[in-house]
Amino acid sequence: MSLLEVEDLAIHFGGVKAVDGVSFAVEAGEVFSIIGPNGAGKSTIFNLISRLYKPTRGKIMFDGRDITPLQAHEIAPLGLARTFQNIELFDHSTVLDNLLMGRHTHRSTNWVQDMLFVPAVRRAERAHRRKVEDVIEFLELEAYRDKLIAGLPYGVRKVVEIGRALAVGPKLILLDEPASGLSVEESQEVAYWIEDMRRDMGLTVLMVEHDMSLVTQVSDRVLAVANGQPLAQGSPAEVQSDPRVMAAYLGTEVYT
Amino acid sequence: MKVIFKTSYDNDIDLHEDGWARGRIALLVVVMAALPFLVGEYYLAEAANTLIWSLAGMGLMVLVGHTGQASLGHAAFLAIGAYTDVALMNIGVPWIISFPLAGLATGLFGALVAIPAVRMSGIYLAIATLALFVIVEEMVILLEPITGGVGGLMAPSIEIFGVNFDRYTNLNNFYWLCLAVVVAVTWLYANLLRSPTGRSFLAVRDSEVSARALGINITRTRALAFGLSCGMTGLAGSLLGHYIAYFNYELFSVFISINLLLVVTIGGLGFIQGAFMGAILITAVPQLIAILRGTVNDLTGIDLSVLPGLDTLIFSAILIGFIIYEPAGLWGRWLKTRVWFQLFPLARRDMFRRQKSYLKTERQR
Repeated sequence: MSLLEVEDLAIHFGGVKAVDGVSFAVEAGEVFSIIGPNGAGKSTIFNLISRLYKPTRGKIMFDGRDITPLQAHEIAPLGLARTFQNIELFDHSTVLDNLLMGRHTHRSTNWVQDMLFVPAVRRAERAHRRKVEDVIEFLELEAYRDKLIAGLPYGVRKVVEIGRALAVGPKLILLDEPASGLSVEESQEVAYWIEDMRRDMGLTVLMVEHDMSLVTQVSDRVLAVANGQPLAQGSPAEVQSDPRVMAAYLGTEVYT
Repeated sequence: MKVIFKTSYDNDIDLHEDGWARGRIALLVVVMAALPFLVGEYYLAEAANTLIWSLAGMGLMVLVGHTGQASLGHAAFLAIGAYTDVALMNIGVPWIISFPLAGLATGLFGALVAIPAVRMSGIYLAIATLALFVIVEEMVILLEPITGGVGGLMAPSIEIFGVNFDRYTNLNNFYWLCLAVVVAVTWLYANLLRSPTGRSFLAVRDSEVSARALGINITRTRALAFGLSCGMTGLAGSLLGHYIAYFNYELFSVFISINLLLVVTIGGLGFIQGAFMGAILITAVPQLIAILRGTVNDLTGIDLSVLPGLDTLIFSAILIGFIIYEPAGLWGRWLKTRVWFQLFPLARRDMFRRQKSYLKTERQR
């Protein structure tokens, strides 16, 4: 059984069919990419999976469970974390605190214990910190640990977003354009991280990305969408050479 | 510049960065505790007033500074705290029990109100809390058997295990009582901020959509923040009742709500210290104006008391000045000054220049 199954997913905003009948399945341990021109509905699919939007039609199954009726905050505890295309970090906190906020689903103390700061809170904080330090080491964020997000360069913020999603300790991580706005070297780094996530952490990665070199490098399978509808699905090479995909990107018939 | 050498995760978990910081706080508490022996009765009463305002300011700070919710109705929660405490004492409950109960009742009321209210945000929430304030004010007048209606009521003298803490006959004791409450609440608040609960408040403030994606239940977090905020304000209200001793609904006017907002904004949003700075300012400025009036009258013979709006004018000018020139408030200004001295002579002029950026949660809506 697949880790994530999306069946006939659709959302309509008034007359706009942002996503219309998209189905795909992500197997455990694979890197699955969604590509498509601007406005194709890629990020909308992500927002549907993380339940920020309510689908008009269709079903989302995660880990054998129907998550369609759940609320947005009930998704992360199941082991599904995400990043945002336009960085959504907590700007007035440090990198460390941002990553610790990613540990929210693992909190073991309630607010009364927190206010009294009973020994259990300190123990839990130490445990969270150890997990977060693993993430910091993995993404090489040591130099920025105590820096405020507001003062960080774009590339680093992008990495902190990935780090915060990793701190959740997910089974499946949704990366919404992890390489957009990054330099060639930085996006190459992202590619290595994605490979490490899969190989060393056993994560499944679902990614929306425009950078085709990154997509071809790391993806096992690719789904192309345009105008909210699926165009083609298969290995990166198959999808890239699909005439319908080329037409969607270039806007006309392709003459060879 | 001082660099802290961290050797364990506990360095980051502890409340203070090192022994010096801990020592400074201890020294401050000692000086505050010794205040009755250092200043006269008049200034001691003012200090008690400042402590009560700090407590109420911390209450609003949880909500406005750390969770990003506006409230124009906090005078209502002061009133609920004050009346609950006095009502319980009047039926024979000792203060040591009625005081926490007053805080609890106000907190519960706040949390209940919050469940529908937190669906709103920004200006709408501010208006809703203002409406709540009007309702509570009317209720206070209508519930005459408990609240004394328009006539008001007398707060009984506080007795704990035979020791009297009356504001007039034993001002020193009353002051120490206020100090103890403020120290305890500050400690709880500081703990909150270094724990997962406090982080979830900040998350809700800075980006709702990623807070939800991280598994934070927005409605519950906001309701909790509302409850804690109202609870602290209720405790302050109860102390304020005993401080004023004889009060009616007019003590809790809408201007108190606005002054509380001034406390947190001028003090510095998002800092516990800000609540104290704001409280000091808001209680000191009327005194300074009174002194100024006297001096002007003595020197020039001009009687400024014919200008009744002078206080409001000066307050407004201070507020506008802060919003334009120092949005981080008094505490933010102090932090910047400290960095300037730490880096001396390397501080640059535009080091703290604000980058124009919009709150993400506002963009998402």
